Amino acid sequence: MEKQSISVWFFIGALLAIYGVLILGSGIYGLFVPPNHAVAMSHLHIGIWWGSGMVLFGTGYIVRFRPR
Amino acid sequence: MPSACFLQAAETRFSLNPVDLIIIILYFVLVLGLGVYLRRFTKTAEEFFMAGREMTMWVAGLSFISANLGSLEMMGYAAATYQYGILVAHAYWIGAIPAILFLALVMLPFYYICKTHSVPGYLKLRFGEGARSLSALSFAVMTILMSGINMYSMAIIMKVILGWNIHFSIWVSSLTVAIYVATGGLLSAIFNEVLQFFLIWIGCLVIPVVGLIETHGWAGMVHRIQANFPGQDFMHMWSTTGTFSNNPMGAHWTGIVFGWGLAISFGYWTTDFLVVQRVMAAKDLRSAQLGTIIGGFFKMTVPLIVILPGLLALAVLPYHLVPESQGGLPNVHTYNEALPLMLARYCGPGLLGLGVTALVAGFMSGMAGNVTAFTTVWTYDIYKPLIRKDASESHCVSMGRWCSLLGVFVSIGTAYLVMNFSSIIVYAQVIFVFFIVPMFGTVILGMLWKRTTPAAGFWGLLAGILTSFALWLWVKVDPGALNFVAFSGYAKDMSENMYRAMWSLIANVLVTVVVSLVTKPKPDHELRGLVYGMTDLPSEHAFPIFQRPITWAAAVGVGFIALNIFFW
Repeated sequence: MEKQSISVWFFIGALLAIYGVLILGSGIYGLFVPPNHAVAMSHLHIGIWWGSGMVLFGTGYIVRFRPR
Repeated sequence: MPSACFLQAAETRFSLNPVDLIIIILYFVLVLGLGVYLRRFTKTAEEFFMAGREMTMWVAGLSFISANLGSLEMMGYAAATYQYGILVAHAYWIGAIPAILFLALVMLPFYYICKTHSVPGYLKLRFGEGARSLSALSFAVMTILMSGINMYSMAIIMKVILGWNIHFSIWVSSLTVAIYVATGGLLSAIFNEVLQFFLIWIGCLVIPVVGLIETHGWAGMVHRIQANFPGQDFMHMWSTTGTFSNNPMGAHWTGIVFGWGLAISFGYWTTDFLVVQRVMAAKDLRSAQLGTIIGGFFKMTVPLIVILPGLLALAVLPYHLVPESQGGLPNVHTYNEALPLMLARYCGPGLLGLGVTALVAGFMSGMAGNVTAFTTVWTYDIYKPLIRKDASESHCVSMGRWCSLLGVFVSIGTAYLVMNFSSIIVYAQVIFVFFIVPMFGTVILGMLWKRTTPAAGFWGLLAGILTSFALWLWVKVDPGALNFVAFSGYAKDMSENMYRAMWSLIANVLVTVVVSLVTKPKPDHELRGLVYGMTDLPSEHAFPIFQRPITWAAAVGVGFIALNIFFW
């Protein structure tokens, strides 16, 4: 682990943050243009919450484990 | 030890949004990029096969548990939960936790101190070439077979969920694994497994979270299950196992405790090199032990994303799922579709892509585990000692890289073989379980009893393997034999496996003990670092109490007991 210049946790943070942005964006889009087939409990807009959580989690990892 | 019955699942297509496809493609790109990036760090044999033995406890622990968390396992156990209820959680608790803690506290010090590259390598040091060759060859065959079966299962999942062509799915997924394992070795596999661990959890956790909101909590879920399936008990783990006929699995507590909790579980978690290799790559013994305990903790929580979706399916699906034999009709869904159906029920655009990526990640982590374990055992325990004894380190690394590719191609061949003979899948699981169980008896006697002789190591292992095959054949030829093998004609496949494992272990131990008593043991000086009482084990007393493996093992043990009491 010592020899790697980029931590595995940084990769994880980056991927989760990107995924979070995509899911959050998709959730917000769904607010204005509801999909043809609504999923169960769609009124919760779980994509927005889940995406936001992933962005926060991923960003935290990016900052904490960024290459120095 | 996953269930593979979902392989014949009916067509269940979900339409993916462009954002879902971007998420899936991005995952493949990152996985390949990681493999290429890590190639520069895997030049020596130690770096390629053992990841340089530099992993921290968190990386080793998450990789340890991720290698076990394949997509076949996730979908199979969710399906089994729909069929048998919470009883299936035994696979995650008594079927894993005691064995994982035993590995951490008792067995890892020996694996680690003797600096072996593999479990067959330990058998070589302890018993000689015979036991090593037998275990290495059986492990190599078993690993390739399991890898092919996993690959085929994954392709079926892709076909069922996405409608992808089965050949396309097999080649794209397996070539991705081949590239990142061949370039970065165990290091790449471990890094990807840690990444996959996060994806699996974040992708699958949506189901229990939203599901419990829909059912208004746990009590609401139980109430709905009772309303949907009146008179059936899906919610107790022990109280219905006093008799074989009193629970949907046809299981008795003796089989669960001694067959599943002792023979199968200890065999898999302590001697299957696929999982043990991950923690052997830790930077020191304490990290290896703590990493294993971290893995144990997360194993204990996996039912949240596997068992709970199965229970929620019982509660919320507006129709009943049916056995595979009744599937294939329009609008009829089988048990095996429980997890994909729940995924589709709650996950809209974006989240569905994440869920599918979680299943793909599960497949890849399982397959990379098989390939890296196969590569190490092939190179160190078959190729070098039996084929080319003078192989240099650079030659071994080169062999490892080619072997990774070769392993994947042979697995692809196995996948196509399985496609033509789907019943082989069921048999392969039986073979898998029973190759590993006797190995546990041989390893543990070798570690704890210095009188165990080299001849006993070999013959005990062989006796265990032959016993398991003989019992399996006996029941196949004469189903009435189930009354003797599993003590009851009510015993279903899973229950029968538990008892067969128990007999296999008993045969292994008996033969090992008897042969040891009539053959010549190794002199004491050859047992140093290999056997309890002959090895200087490092003391934990230098560390504060909260940094000691025993403390955290006790904490996980308390959680394990509490869960069993809660769901009694």
